[in-house]
Amino acid sequence: MKMDIEKVARLARLELSEEEKVTFGNQLEQVLTYMEQLNRLDTTGVEPTSHAIPIYNVFREDETKPSFPQEEVLAISPDQEDGHFKVPRIIE
Amino acid sequence: MELHQLTIHQLHELLLKKKVTSREVTEALYRQIRKVEDKIGAYLLLTEEAALHQADEVDRQIVRREGIGDLAGVPLGIKDILCTKGIRTTCGSKILENYVPFYDGTVVKRLKERDVVMLGKLNMDEFAMGSSTENSGFKITRNPWNLNRIPGGSSGGSAAAVAADECIAALGTDTGGSIRQPAACCGVVGMKPTYGRVSRYGLVAFASSLDQIGPITRDVEDCAILMNAISGYDPYDSTSVHIEVPDYRESLINDVQGIRIGIPDEYFIEGMDPDVERSVKEAIELFKKWGADVKRISLPHTEFAVAIYYIICTAEASSNLARYDGVKYGLRSKGYRDLIEMYTQTRAKGFGKEVKRRIILGTYVLSAGYYEAYYRKASQVRTLMRSDFEEAFRQVDVVIAPTAPTPAFRIGEKVEDPLQMYLSDIHTIPVNLVGIPAISIPCGFSRDNLPIGLQITGRHFDEGMLLRVAYTFEQNTDFHLRKPPIA
Repeated sequence: MKMDIEKVARLARLELSEEEKVTFGNQLEQVLTYMEQLNRLDTTGVEPTSHAIPIYNVFREDETKPSFPQEEVLAISPDQEDGHFKVPRIIE
Repeated sequence: MELHQLTIHQLHELLLKKKVTSREVTEALYRQIRKVEDKIGAYLLLTEEAALHQADEVDRQIVRREGIGDLAGVPLGIKDILCTKGIRTTCGSKILENYVPFYDGTVVKRLKERDVVMLGKLNMDEFAMGSSTENSGFKITRNPWNLNRIPGGSSGGSAAAVAADECIAALGTDTGGSIRQPAACCGVVGMKPTYGRVSRYGLVAFASSLDQIGPITRDVEDCAILMNAISGYDPYDSTSVHIEVPDYRESLINDVQGIRIGIPDEYFIEGMDPDVERSVKEAIELFKKWGADVKRISLPHTEFAVAIYYIICTAEASSNLARYDGVKYGLRSKGYRDLIEMYTQTRAKGFGKEVKRRIILGTYVLSAGYYEAYYRKASQVRTLMRSDFEEAFRQVDVVIAPTAPTPAFRIGEKVEDPLQMYLSDIHTIPVNLVGIPAISIPCGFSRDNLPIGLQITGRHFDEGMLLRVAYTFEQNTDFHLRKPPIA
């Protein structure tokens, strides 16, 4: 299986060096080849398991409760201003 | 016995009888840490001042003749994946190098309510991704039994610290074996509870359908004591389960007569270390001698476990780790020109090799055109694997196997070969995929004097049965009493 590693890195918002593209590409190709053994199994009609024990929607009463104080949350952010997280311009 | 070598239950007795103070034991542990830590490298952070303060508080309670709980004044280490209020929590990653949480994870809160003394935060593979602790963003940890060997991973700091007497016990986390395999490598006891038994709130997420917190201890009784403290429903984790928590100490019964033990044919694989095979087979003979009903069973989909696991865990990780974007907390790189560059550079700089590899793999198996072939297929085979265990537990009460196919391997041996590293988890992974509990206990030593672990697996929420079988083994053998040369 050949992976378009640049495309996948773009999807993952991850910048890779040229060296990483080559080594990860080779290593992951090996891993994906190993995973192809799953194709030996016929799984027609088998329900997928996404959770080991059955879980259901969990509801609670819609009551307001105190949140973490805004200043504590913002204090550990890389950049903030006037009670907001600050990021580079998003809309040109 | 030295003060830093006590178990939780021994220390509790001594505190009650006023033979020692919590401060004396805490100081003894920091002396031991100073003595061996430059060789072992188990801790990422020590919290000595707060620890001594907490120890004094418990000592005052004892003087005032107030009743104390069985964990009060007991010095423990905490894996650095668990959020500790006001104390740096790195998850072994540069991206969280300066992250100081403003809240305690639920298990940490539960330990604090029981007046535990926290000695510090323990090293780990970055984001718990690894089987050797070599993937830590900060340093490697060495195996106390042989400094050229890995301590296992990802909770390698936790297991090494317990083995090297740098804490009385520790908490680890287990996504595919990260408590049990290091416990086996370091000759200590480690339990992965049933999925949902312990709240994951404040546990930095790796693969949410697999992650679980559990104890790493010197003996099975200590494991039961910590399980009592950390188990139970938590409204902050909607996957934690509303099932009553028994007193696990009541399961410490030295008797396995009539208990049905299954030995899966598929777990005695080609390439298994002969010492591991011998030790586990000797353990099985002992269980027969003690009156257990031992029978061969089959878990036919075992060979697919590693393939399923590395699709599911990387898929979940790629999604969970999307939160590290340089906006709300953690690292933000400098020198970016726009928002997208801020993301991509922050993540390039903050994540280590293995984390990047897994994010790429996880993103790929979830991407359009490949989702069906990988993620969906793996989830279907996960169902087949669950059926394997359901069938097995109709025939037997517990399943016994080696925890890992080999004793601790050499530092550097598998770093450049991810597939070989992944294959070392073959025995522990199925347990997480199925959500059942398992415990690893010391069951022997290799000819190089490296510890070997025995894994006991049981039904959902049947931790009590595991503790009973493990306790019986421990009470009638002395592997858990041996100390590594460094301790």
